[in-house]
Amino acid sequence: MNLAELHQRLTAAARRQTPDDRVPYAFEKRIMALVAERSANSGRLLWARGLWRAAVSCVAVAAVCGAVSFFMPASADNNNDLSQDFENTLLASVEQPDAAP
Amino acid sequence: MERSESELIAAVLKGDSASFEPLVAKYSPRVFATARRYARRESEIEDIAQEVWLKAFDKLASFRGEAPFEHWLMRLTVRTCYDFLRGHQRNRESSFSEISEPEEDWLERFVTDPGSAAEDADAARLLVNRVLDKLPPEGRLVIQLLEIEDRSVKEIADLTGWSVPLVKVRAFRARAEMRKILARMSKDKYL
Repeated sequence: MNLAELHQRLTAAARRQTPDDRVPYAFEKRIMALVAERSANSGRLLWARGLWRAAVSCVAVAAVCGAVSFFMPASADNNNDLSQDFENTLLASVEQPDAAP
Repeated sequence: MERSESELIAAVLKGDSASFEPLVAKYSPRVFATARRYARRESEIEDIAQEVWLKAFDKLASFRGEAPFEHWLMRLTVRTCYDFLRGHQRNRESSFSEISEPEEDWLERFVTDPGSAAEDADAARLLVNRVLDKLPPEGRLVIQLLEIEDRSVKEIADLTGWSVPLVKVRAFRARAEMRKILARMSKDKYL
């Protein structure tokens, strides 16, 4: 069998095939309904995406902080304790009125 | 008054999604005709067309208006069809023992007297579709565009997003693969 000729014949047969361009009834209405649904969901989707990104960033920051506190040698000077400093700063505004005469 | 394509696109981008409908109505026949070259079942064809239009809506902001909207949409359609082919690589390893009687008759006519095997016969079409179905997705796409639709390598590169050398390499491999499939088919039938 002459394969080159068979290849040519089959390619020619495929060329003669004109594809059907028929569109199903009300196809554009279906697409518009899907588009409208998408538009309605896009706000919620935007929030969901933002929250996911924020969650990933928070996990990354927590992992870095955890790694730093785990691998950093503990300081002998307790006055330089980061958590204590953080607490003092946070509570400074609450404690100030009491300290005033 | 009928609005132009660029006016419709601008309106969609401003949030008037209803202006998308005339575009869908105008270009759906082309999208369906392209999808029918790669998928056989009507449900698959509709899925491809639907995906093309949803992608077109989502990515409309990336249409810069330098080329006609139809070209941009055809690129999207061809790439969606390629994704479909990659997701539906079925029956590629099967043998040719399941070919139908008319196909077998056509092949026999071709073997005995090649001139009597008409190119416009339904059996030839069925056979070529069977052979195309056995090609890998990139081979199928490149044979379809290069040999059947008679497009240039540059056009194919533009449609698929592949580089010109990659199109050439894939075309070379696809032709070799097609010859191998035809050889296997003739061996299955006549040896």
